[in-house]
Amino acid sequence: MKFYVKYDLEFICNNLLRRGLDDLDLNYHILDSGAITIDENFSEIRTEEIRKKLQAIGISILQDPKEMLVQQIKDTITEMLENSERSGQLKVSSYLTEKLPYSYSYLSALFSEITHTSIENFVILKKIDIAKTMLTEAELTLTEVAYQLNYSSVSHLSYQFKKTTGLTPSQFQNIIRQRGVSNNIPDRN
Amino acid sequence: MRSKLLHIALVDDDEDDRFVFREAIGEIDIHTKLSLFDNGQELMDFLALPNIILPELIFLDLNMPIKNGITCLREIRSNPRFKNVIIAIYSTSSSEKDIEQTFIHGANIYINKPNDFDDLRNALQKVLTLNWQYANSNLNKQNFLLKL
Repeated sequence: MKFYVKYDLEFICNNLLRRGLDDLDLNYHILDSGAITIDENFSEIRTEEIRKKLQAIGISILQDPKEMLVQQIKDTITEMLENSERSGQLKVSSYLTEKLPYSYSYLSALFSEITHTSIENFVILKKIDIAKTMLTEAELTLTEVAYQLNYSSVSHLSYQFKKTTGLTPSQFQNIIRQRGVSNNIPDRN
Repeated sequence: MRSKLLHIALVDDDEDDRFVFREAIGEIDIHTKLSLFDNGQELMDFLALPNIILPELIFLDLNMPIKNGITCLREIRSNPRFKNVIIAIYSTSSSEKDIEQTFIHGANIYINKPNDFDDLRNALQKVLTLNWQYANSNLNKQNFLLKL
């Protein structure tokens, strides 16, 4: 017998959030916007406890609206890169301004202020991160990876990979492969 | 998040190297707290204590008396308690074999000790910035490798 299931992610996440907050014995209200209000003020230690508790179930507290916007920028970039066949050759700047109601110069300045890096650098980092997964888990060739991530050529991808990680794609692949092998060997000590 | 303190440990038996490292890291605009250890055993004794704040990033020299860097690396990586700790090897060795072996045994970063202060500061700036991205973005930590 075989079943197919469908998730209501929002429902599941909200339940998880409620359970986490209940465990912490808080008098809280969840607002539609994803904001939570709590009817008391806390010490830093208590705030840290709440943060850790929620972190353990995969929920992070966003500290301020700027950080929320930075998170949205990152999510939008990730979504764009992971759906490259639909977003195609679009520039990141036009994609972001299409999805978020701010000018690119504002988004760009805010991103650099909060994250110690530029949007352009983050895009490269994220692309190389996806390339790493494709090379190791999906075992795609460099040519296939370059094509899927819209690189103009394999050598451009290789160059950016080396510049970002200090390693060539094949050195990287080799290390991850050998890590897998050595982890499977039982410890002889 | 800008105000969040990054806990760093450096394990190096050379006093001058520890001194220069502290100076260089102090010049970077990411807020850090640095703990220093003379050798691998000191670090492992510290990590075994209950109720400590675990360092998020550990810089390990390779050649040290009592307990060397590679032994520390393997001990840390065999303990699930430390699975989120990022390990940077900080060594004078530039041997391809050393580099590859430390990565295979679970190091995330390999820094060939620069001779020049500015180079060291720039290398540390790169490491802390990238570490920040891995700590705060949805990037795959399993694949966090950087050679400088």
